[in-house]
Amino acid sequence: MLRVEEQQPVEFSSALIARFDEIVKRYPEGKQKSALLPVLHETQAELGWLSTSAMDKVAEYLDILPIEVYEVASFYTMYFLKPQGKYVLEVCRTGPCCLVGAERIMKHIEDRLGVKEGEVTEDGLFSWRGVECLAACGYGPVLQIGPEYTFYENLNEQSVDQLIEDLRRK
Amino acid sequence: MSDKVKVTIDGITVEVAPGTTILNAARQIGGDIVPPAMCYYSKLQGSGGKCRTCIVKVSKGSEKDPRPMPKLVASCRTTVMDGMEVLNITSPEVIEARNGVVEILLINHPLDCPVCDQAGECDLQNLGYEHGLQKTRYEFERRTFERIDIGDKIQLHMNRCILCYRCVFTADQITNKRVHGILNRGDHSEISTYIHTAIDNDFSGNVIDVCPVGALTDKTFRFKNRVWFTKPIDAHRDCPTCSGKVTLWYKGEDVLRVTARKDIYGEVEEFICNTCRFDKKKTSDWVIEHPTHISDASVISSNHYETLKPLPVIQNNPVLQEANRKELEKTVKF
Amino acid sequence: MARKLLLEHINVPGINTFDVYREKGGYRAVEKALKTLSPDEVVEEVKKSGLRGRGGAGFPTGMKWSFLAKPEGVPRYLVCNADESEPGTFKDRFLMTHIPHALIEGMIVSSYALGANTSYIYVRGEMMPQIRILERAIAEAKSAGFLGQNILGTGYNLELYVQPGGGAYICGEETALLESLEGKRGNPRIKPPFPAIAGLYGCPTVVNNVESIAATVPIINDGGEEYAKIGIGRSTGTKLISASGNLVRPGVYEIELGLSVEEFIYSDEYCGGIANGKRLKATVAGGSSVPILPANLTLKLASGEPRLMSYESLSEGGFATGTMLGSGGFIAFDEDQCIVRNTWNFARFYHHESCGQCSPCREGTGWMEKVLHRIEYGHGKMSDIDLLVDVSRKIEGNTICPLGDAAAWPVASAIRHFRDEFEWHVKEPVKCLDTNYGLANYAEPIAKAEVTTGN
Repeated sequence: MLRVEEQQPVEFSSALIARFDEIVKRYPEGKQKSALLPVLHETQAELGWLSTSAMDKVAEYLDILPIEVYEVASFYTMYFLKPQGKYVLEVCRTGPCCLVGAERIMKHIEDRLGVKEGEVTEDGLFSWRGVECLAACGYGPVLQIGPEYTFYENLNEQSVDQLIEDLRRK
Repeated sequence: MSDKVKVTIDGITVEVAPGTTILNAARQIGGDIVPPAMCYYSKLQGSGGKCRTCIVKVSKGSEKDPRPMPKLVASCRTTVMDGMEVLNITSPEVIEARNGVVEILLINHPLDCPVCDQAGECDLQNLGYEHGLQKTRYEFERRTFERIDIGDKIQLHMNRCILCYRCVFTADQITNKRVHGILNRGDHSEISTYIHTAIDNDFSGNVIDVCPVGALTDKTFRFKNRVWFTKPIDAHRDCPTCSGKVTLWYKGEDVLRVTARKDIYGEVEEFICNTCRFDKKKTSDWVIEHPTHISDASVISSNHYETLKPLPVIQNNPVLQEANRKELEKTVKF
Repeated sequence: MARKLLLEHINVPGINTFDVYREKGGYRAVEKALKTLSPDEVVEEVKKSGLRGRGGAGFPTGMKWSFLAKPEGVPRYLVCNADESEPGTFKDRFLMTHIPHALIEGMIVSSYALGANTSYIYVRGEMMPQIRILERAIAEAKSAGFLGQNILGTGYNLELYVQPGGGAYICGEETALLESLEGKRGNPRIKPPFPAIAGLYGCPTVVNNVESIAATVPIINDGGEEYAKIGIGRSTGTKLISASGNLVRPGVYEIELGLSVEEFIYSDEYCGGIANGKRLKATVAGGSSVPILPANLTLKLASGEPRLMSYESLSEGGFATGTMLGSGGFIAFDEDQCIVRNTWNFARFYHHESCGQCSPCREGTGWMEKVLHRIEYGHGKMSDIDLLVDVSRKIEGNTICPLGDAAAWPVASAIRHFRDEFEWHVKEPVKCLDTNYGLANYAEPIAKAEVTTGN
């Protein structure tokens, strides 16, 4: 349960609202609630995470109750209800990837970044977490990085180091 | 009677309107063959199907298609077909599965009945008494949540919740703006408002009545008394907001709490407003009708038990007689 | 070389673009269906093909289509289930990435057959790159006149949209998917009513897997009867198999149903055997939900006949000695893999993905995970093994949707076939932390089989 005072007001850019308008057109009249998942993705891509006030704005835009947005945002794992690092490394931790070393990769990332699962590095650049099957079992171990969910396949220690290095320099 | 369909439950045949669920058909028969329901609530649209305590076996699908259903079904959400045959308490398979559901409902339940206001009128307590194991096989730490107040009159004790969704349906269907809901997923799911807001609505108090367990309790009654020491009396008042038909719970001269009137399946007959529930606690506020009808299975005494004899259908049926042996012995004793 | 229907042109450069796809014969099925066939005739062809749902349940697609209610004045919807999340399955991602127009073409043909004028492709949110690929492909198809108003001058209108999910395995269940598409939590609906009567927005709806929809393209091009000639028995046509785990060449393969499992694992045309010269210990043949089988039962039926990649052959022997084709997620375990650890991993997956709506699944999956975790880390008791079997039985069949069964089967089957390995974990609480049990004498009821070596 959050306290009200944690909310910081947000404003949506007109470009973001324009994207919302595009999305809502996909559904029949009066079914604009269907846009909730894509609209939350767009919001998160813009703001990095979903604060209460961002979700309230979404509710207002879609003309639904705020609790309906909270219910949905907390159900699905892709929505961040807390601030994250700029890059969130999401490593698949399910069976087939574990057969080819996903647990080793997660340990390596933990050591390399020096933060535990779910925590953010001091420079605010990285956080990481294990996620369930990413449907790329044949190319494991895999990880993805939002908001575009770029995929990195057949990972090993060296390629993970390289990836982190590249992201730091970006 | 051509527009009625015939269904047989535990050997007792009843004719019901098409579209009736097995559970409601069983309620028309009454007695011990009625499956227990923890999440279904006839007054709340869309409720049911979740807790799985009301599961039954359909041994014959219908007259047209007599094949049995492959799995046990939730009787609250399965409609009867003409000629359907259903087994509830006469099927060991159903009893075993129901025991399993009860065990599963209890593994994360705090079992804090000694300090729970719902004790004595708790559906889960009754269910645990009838179907529970004597000892838990769950050896892990139980799930815990912080206790929170939603509004100044209602307390949410999420540890006890069985996620029946009734309070969510109530807020959706009885009040005009829902502010609480189900957050998170799986066994982390919780009833919450997410942000710290109070439920503020004339009918919000009804979530207390629909809650089958002690998750939502009346703060004005909290720790005042055990329900079995209170005497329920039906009363009414001329209320501008609701029907004003309530049950007053007396201890001596004092009204300790006010609830909606409940039928024999624990469902409220008519939802009441918060003014009646929380603010009218003097006898002079009410027109007293009579002591509330209380089943003899209840620990609550209203000093006049009415249903000592088992139903006629049970007296005529050897299978049911065996299933109800304890009850029958009680009758003989009295 | 086996026939390829879906992946025939997979190696053609630029096949992901409209122009190359069209050059290779793409969108012929749309032309044929819209110009020469009535919607009912398309349904009839799909029925004749014997195509069975490729998402896991294997229900005949044509029959599913014919259940669709058609009340006057009510829109009908086709929703493509691209919420591929079953561990071990990645064929739909492959198809959408490399040959997206196969799906778009299938969507047009299928929507026409069902009389849908708006169709959605529900793609899991993690596949954002695939969503972009599909959106681009839809735009290409639309500018070529295959989507939108009055397609190819036939008067048929179709709008096609891609909907992202939010990260929930349960949305692969068709009614949970519809809930999610309506912007709600992915809680499966209680059936009946089935989507064919009341689906998306309460309207009649068909939900089909990506591969099933793509398969309608060759069915319309060659005719249902031709398609039915491929395969074996009631398992007609070709199937995409996602091969993962300890294989020399994991990846997506299109097979003709009826191929022997042994050939699939060991032949150079497919997986090329077990990686690093190790031996096969066990397989999960159809995605993590289906029962795990030890190597000997994977390769041979209890009768000693070779086991084939088909719906019937894989389920031969029931759950005692068989498994299921499921979604075709074929996971191979080599001799150094720990079955207890993998079972715990799968149990954690189902615990994490349970929607929490109905009690046996919500509470039971967590319970199983905790007990398995305890066994895996050397704190287990002998009685835990029977406890697991009992809890899995309490979940199985007692839930609203099949996730309960999917969570129960891997645990029950692992104990059925590898009980000695679980017992060893209890007996050797220290040793089990850094040593593996190895192949050993699992695999009842056939006596210990000849150990197959990778070649």
